[in-house]
Amino acid sequence: MHFPRPRRAGSIRLGAALSAALVALPVLALAIAAARGSGDLWPHLIRYVLPQAVLETALLLAGVGVVVVGVGTGTAWLVSCHRFPGRRVFSSALVLPLALPTYVSAYAWLDVMHPAGPVQSGLRALLGVTDPRAIPLPEIRSLPGCIMVMGSVLFPYVYLAARAAFLTQGADLLRAGRGLGAGGMRLFLSIGLPMAWPAIAAGASLALLETLNDVGAAEFLGVRTLTVSVYVTWITRSSLEGAAQIALMILALVAALVALEGWARSRARGAHAVREGARPDRRTLSPLAGLFAALFCALPVLLGFLVPVSYLVWAAWRRVAEFGLPPDLGAWIGNSALLSGAATLLVLPAALSLAAGARGDAMPDRRAMAGPLLLRASLMGYALPGGIAAVGLIVAFGGLDDLTERFGDWAPALSGTAAALILAYFVRFLAIPAGGLDAAYARIRPQMDWSARSMGAGRGRLLWRVHLPLLLPALSAAALLVFLDAMKELPATLLLRPFNRETLATALYAEAARGTYEEGAVAALALVVVGLPVIGLLVAGGRPKERPPKRMQRSESRP
Amino acid sequence: MIRPKKAVLFALSLLLAPAAARAAEVNLYTTREPGLMRPLTERFTTQTGIQVNTVFVQGGLAERLAAEGSRSRADVAMVVDVGNLMELVDRNLTQPVESAALTAAIPAHLRDPQGRWFALSTRARAIYASRERIPEAEAAKLTYEDLADPRFKGRVCIRSGQHPYNTALFSILMIEHGEGWLRDYLTKLKGNLARRATGGDREVARDILAGICDVGLANTYYAGLMLSGRGGEEQKRWGEAVRVVLPANETAVNISGGAVTRHAPNRAEAVRFLEFLASPEAQTIYADGNFENPVRPNTPVNEIVAGFGPVTPRNVSLPEVAARRAAASRIVDEVGFDR
Repeated sequence: MHFPRPRRAGSIRLGAALSAALVALPVLALAIAAARGSGDLWPHLIRYVLPQAVLETALLLAGVGVVVVGVGTGTAWLVSCHRFPGRRVFSSALVLPLALPTYVSAYAWLDVMHPAGPVQSGLRALLGVTDPRAIPLPEIRSLPGCIMVMGSVLFPYVYLAARAAFLTQGADLLRAGRGLGAGGMRLFLSIGLPMAWPAIAAGASLALLETLNDVGAAEFLGVRTLTVSVYVTWITRSSLEGAAQIALMILALVAALVALEGWARSRARGAHAVREGARPDRRTLSPLAGLFAALFCALPVLLGFLVPVSYLVWAAWRRVAEFGLPPDLGAWIGNSALLSGAATLLVLPAALSLAAGARGDAMPDRRAMAGPLLLRASLMGYALPGGIAAVGLIVAFGGLDDLTERFGDWAPALSGTAAALILAYFVRFLAIPAGGLDAAYARIRPQMDWSARSMGAGRGRLLWRVHLPLLLPALSAAALLVFLDAMKELPATLLLRPFNRETLATALYAEAARGTYEEGAVAALALVVVGLPVIGLLVAGGRPKERPPKRMQRSESRP
Repeated sequence: MIRPKKAVLFALSLLLAPAAARAAEVNLYTTREPGLMRPLTERFTTQTGIQVNTVFVQGGLAERLAAEGSRSRADVAMVVDVGNLMELVDRNLTQPVESAALTAAIPAHLRDPQGRWFALSTRARAIYASRERIPEAEAAKLTYEDLADPRFKGRVCIRSGQHPYNTALFSILMIEHGEGWLRDYLTKLKGNLARRATGGDREVARDILAGICDVGLANTYYAGLMLSGRGGEEQKRWGEAVRVVLPANETAVNISGGAVTRHAPNRAEAVRFLEFLASPEAQTIYADGNFENPVRPNTPVNEIVAGFGPVTPRNVSLPEVAARRAAASRIVDEVGFDR
C-alpha cells in the first residue's frame, strides 16, 4: 500500500537525532578513553577476574530475572483477574518498593537480619539461647541474599507493565478462554502470559539493566559482578581506560541482547495486536486459594517495602528524637525535587520524538531504519553503570566546554552546573519513557495513521492531535518513573552537582560512606516519603476508569 | 503552597549558581564526608571571613578536575588514602605550595618536598580482636602476619580486599616482604576468612560481637566512633566487643590529605585553608570529631583513641605505598580474595 507522502515534520527527526546524540556523548568519551588504554589489562582480567565476575553476574541476573518476572507477573495476574481478600490494597501496595533505592534496602536488610540485629536478638531472647551462632538463619551477604534484596525492590517494573497489559488488552480473549473451559493456571499459561509477554519483557529488561549496573547493593552484599570489576579497575587501580574497556564490553553484550529481544519481538508482532477494551472479569477465588493469593501478594511487599521502611522509620525516629530533624532537610528535598522535575520535563519531549520517529519509519510504506535505531540507541545511557556514565559525561562536557571556549567566552561552561546534572539524568533515564512510549505506540493501530494522513494531516499534526491523547497515560507513567529514578540516582548526582548542593540521595550517601548509615536514615526515609505521592499517581494512572470513554484506547503500560 | 513564580526563580538560581557574584571564597572538592568537613569549614569561615564552597564527591574527583581543566573553580582537593592523593599529583592536577606554616606543622615524611600534597591526618589500620574469645596477652602480640596463621582458620573478618584501606596495607606489607610473600599471605588469609570479604570496617566489630569471627582488620577511628556512643547504644556494644590492637613498631598507617589544585582561581585563600587545616585547632577537630590521628606533633589524640595505645608506624615512604597499590590490587584478584 502506498500513500503520497506528506511533507515530513523535520522537528521530530531533529529531536530524535539530538536526543540520541546526547546519549551517545558519554559512550563516545568512554570509547576514546578505552582506545587510549593498552590492552595489557586483559590477560589478567581473563585469567583471574572475568570467569568469576561473568558467572556471578549471570547468576545474579538469572536470579533477579526469575524473581521479578515470577513475582511481578504472578501478582499482576492475581490482582487483575481475581477477587480475593485484600486485592484492592495489594493492587496499590505492590508498587511501593519502587520508592526505595536498592542500596538502602541492602543496608536495612543487613541491619535487620544481622546476628546482632533485632530479629536474631529477639529470636534468641524468645528461645532462651545466648550463643549468637545458635540460630542458623540465611546470610544476607551472599548471592541469594542479593537476589532477594534486589528482586524484591525491582519487581514492580514488571508488575506495573504486566498489570497494565492484563487490564487493558485481555478482556475479550480471557472471556473467550474461560468460555472454552480454561481456568486458573491453564488460562494464565495459554492466554494471559503470551498476551502480556512483550510488556513483561520490557519491564524485566529495565529491572535487569538496573541489576547489571548496580554497584551499591552488590558490592555491599559481597557479590562481585562485572560492574564491581569496572569500579575496582577505575578506583583501586586508577585506570579509567581499563574501566572504560570493560564497561564498553558490557554495553556491547547488552546491545546484542537488546537486538535479540527486538528481533524476537518483531517476529511476534502480529501475535499481540489485540483489540483493547474493557477490564477483564474477575474470578472469585475459593477461601483457601484466596488466602494463598493474599500471601503471595503480601510477601513481596513485606520484603521489598515494609521491612526496610519499618527499619528506616525506627532508625530515623531514634535520630530525630535525639538530634531533631537535620536543618538542611528542606533544602535536600527541594534540590531533589527540582533536579528530578527538570530532568523529567526535559526527557519527555525527547522520548516522544524518538518514539514518534521510530513509528514513522516503521510504517509499512517505508523501509527506513533510522528511527528504530535511534530509539534503541537511547537505551545506552541506561545500560552503562551509573558512575562510569557520569565520568563519561564529565569528560564529554569538558570537551564541549573546550570547544565553546575556542569561540570566545560568550557561552557559560556546562561543567559544574545543575544543567550538567540534569543532562546526566536525561542520558541515564531517557530509555524509560522512550521504551514506554514505543510500547504504547505498538498498540495504536496503523490504520489510524493512514486515515489521518489520507485526510491531509502532516506528521506533526498526527502526533499532536491523534497520537498524543492516546499516549497520555503511558507518558504520565513514564514521567513518574523517571522522576522517581532521578530522585534515587546517586553516582552521577555525586560527581556532577554544583557546589553546596546536597540532594536527599547525596545526603544519605554522605553518612553511609562514613559507615554511619543510620544517620542517613532520615534522608532515606524522606526519599521514600517524597516518592510516595508520585507512586500514588502512578497507581491511580494505571487503573482504568470504570467506564472509559468509548473512543479512548487505554494504553497506560509501563514500557 | 509553593508559588510557581518563586519556584521558577529558585530553579533559575540553581541553574545559574556558578555565575553568582563572589566574595572572598575558597572552593573545595572533597571525598571527606560533610559530617567531618562542616565543623572545619564553619570554623575557618568564622576565623577568616572566607566562604567555603564544597562538593562532596566519591569516585571521579580526579576525573572531574581533569575534565574541567583550566576552567575548574576548585581550589583545594581533599581525599583519603595515599593512593588517591598521589593520583592527583601524578596526573598533574595539583600545584606546588610554599608555606612556612605548613612546613612547620607537618612532619617531612607526611608531605611532598615540593608542596604538591600534604597529609592532614593519619589513619592507623588496626587489628580488632574479640575481647571475649582472644585472651588479652595473645591479642597484645598480634601482627598482620598472624592473621594468616592456621590457628585463625574461619575466624577472620575483613572488608573487600580491593578497598583502598586494604590495598594500602597490602602495599606496605609487599614493600617489606616482597610480591611472592604477599601472594602467599593473601592466599592463607583468604583461607582464614569467616565470611566474604565485604561490607565496611564497622561490620568487623559487629560480626565479632555476633560471633561470626574473632579477629579482623579495621581502622582505629571506627572503634573511636562506635565507643563514643555517637552512633547510638547499639554501636557502642559493637565497639565494646573488640580490643583494638596496634602492632608494635609496625602499624600500617594511611593518610588523608589535601592539595592546592593546578588551576586554583583563589590560590591565596586555598593556601590559607590548608594552613588552617594544619593548625592546632583544626587538628583537634580531626582528632575529636573523627577520631583520626593529627599530623601536627603534640596535638593530643582523642582520649578514646589514646586508650588504644600509641601508634608506631612502619617505616615506609608514602609515595612508594601509592606506587605499589595497583600491583597489590592485582594480587588480590589473583588469589580470588573477594570471592
